Amino acid sequence: MDIANSSQRIGKHKFKISNFLQYLLLIILALIVIGPFLLGLWTSFLPTSSITKGSLAGSLTFDNYVTAVQTTPVLRYLLNSFIVSIIRTVGEVLLCSMAAYAFVFLKFKGRNFIFYLFLATMMLPFEAEVIPNFMTVKSMNLLNTYSVMIIPFLTSAFGTFMLRQSFLQIPTDLKEESDVEGLSHFQFYWHVVLPYSKITLLTLAAYSFLSSWNEYLWPMLTTFSDQYRTVQAGLRQMQSTETFNNWGMIMASAVIVVIPTLIILFVGQHFFKSGLNDGSVK
Amino acid sequence: MLKSFDNKALEELNDSNASENERAKKGLKKRSDFGYAVLFLGPSLLLLGVFVFYPMIKTLYMSLFLTNNFGQTTIFVGLKNYTSLLTSASFLASLSSTFIYVIGVMVLTIVLGLALAVFANQKLKGIQFFRTIFSSTMGVSVSVAAIFFLFVFNPTTGLLNQMAGLLHLPQLNWMTDPNLAMITVIVSTVWMNLGFTFLVLFGALQAVPRSLYDAADIEGASKSYQLFKITIPMISPSLFFVGIVTLIGAFKSFGLIDLMTAGGPNNATNLLVYRIYQDAFLNGNYSQASTESIVLTIIIAVMTIIQFKVLEKRVNY
Repeated sequence: MDIANSSQRIGKHKFKISNFLQYLLLIILALIVIGPFLLGLWTSFLPTSSITKGSLAGSLTFDNYVTAVQTTPVLRYLLNSFIVSIIRTVGEVLLCSMAAYAFVFLKFKGRNFIFYLFLATMMLPFEAEVIPNFMTVKSMNLLNTYSVMIIPFLTSAFGTFMLRQSFLQIPTDLKEESDVEGLSHFQFYWHVVLPYSKITLLTLAAYSFLSSWNEYLWPMLTTFSDQYRTVQAGLRQMQSTETFNNWGMIMASAVIVVIPTLIILFVGQHFFKSGLNDGSVK
Repeated sequence: MLKSFDNKALEELNDSNASENERAKKGLKKRSDFGYAVLFLGPSLLLLGVFVFYPMIKTLYMSLFLTNNFGQTTIFVGLKNYTSLLTSASFLASLSSTFIYVIGVMVLTIVLGLALAVFANQKLKGIQFFRTIFSSTMGVSVSVAAIFFLFVFNPTTGLLNQMAGLLHLPQLNWMTDPNLAMITVIVSTVWMNLGFTFLVLFGALQAVPRSLYDAADIEGASKSYQLFKITIPMISPSLFFVGIVTLIGAFKSFGLIDLMTAGGPNNATNLLVYRIYQDAFLNGNYSQASTESIVLTIIIAVMTIIQFKVLEKRVNY
């Protein structure tokens, strides 16, 4: 009995040590992951004078934020990013879901051919197509507008596939029933298909929003004024101008910019997880 | 990103044809919905035509010509742009930097992402907090990440050299030494990739039946044995998926390069897409940029096809 007891105690003790080590490791990993962010957050509250001296100590202040908001268009950049990303997200979800509907519920000649055509576009990197695309939007007089950052991205093969997979899971009975009840394709699409695939639609929306927000090359090429610059192109602009050495203010702007996407990520994480794993794990 | 939906799509294309046949058998009217198809599919097809298919053909076309400063084609030269590009020392150097960068990014992203996923897949109090942190870099956009890392690697005020100074270690010129600059951009890219990679691999780990580990525990198998004999084989489809997505993403890297090194120092980080951008938009050499774009397209297309083929077979368990 004594032996049993003591061995149990040793077991418990051991468990605590391994638990402690596990937490230690997790904390180290967590610090590596958010280290750069924490450093940025911390310096955003320091006066630039102490940052440039290489000191991470100093009296904490909101000055950098005040300067960033008052002397730079960072809030305008944010507004622009929101406008572009929201319209793009709505558009992509709408157009992709319509295309996906056609691939699942409509019968027409050449459906498979067009489907493979969509499939093929996923092999073509946008980065390799910027030259003609730039010329196209230039000839359409779209340079330096919101439209230039919205129109080319209102649909995507990726989104169409993702929704097609989801629509395929809708029971065929539902379609048959709706045919019997005389629902048109538009009614079936709007009142049955979309509500049925809500989760996938939200996943696509979150994904679409984040990728639009993170778009860098295209907004940088196609916008020249702060009136339309998104945060990515805007922060580049701020970096390249004289504010470059004002580390405190640059950090404050970076923090202002990162907060909305972090919130969206944490709120949308649930959807992301289920959506991502639909694709990769089976 | 997330291109693994296609293999499923391919498979289920056959399924949907089958169900279509079923419906036909059931005696449902088999009519053509051509008018509806135009309405539902038309907008997407139009956009893809204008902004994906046309530019691809146009790029290919331009790569066979010489161009003037306005990007207009002048003289047909056939494949000459390709032969001169593939024998150009500076392009080959850029291509080899790209490969070094891409391999470095992929290996580190997978190893670190897997480590995060394995450690987050434990039953511990407060583990959800760590999971949230591990996924957080997915919400950090490229310009913000660049600012953070420019500060970390800054030679005078940066964290790394400050710490090196405190520990009496040599302070390194992270941004001005060609090799170190490559490391700098690789590290920053890997950091940005971690959140996404973690989410995918963690999701895959959660789907591995616990009973496998319990059985291994009973038989006294070590943790590392379990990692290599259970965990990695079980999640190999997801590992392959994030691997190839990371690879494709790395080949297309532009933002961090533009913000952190601008291709320098001494072209050490002049990766493929940055070179395309320089040739087209800074040097006005559109035919060369188009030729490079086609090289990039071939690389990405080959990767994507491999991805389709392998994921179609689902990677052996």
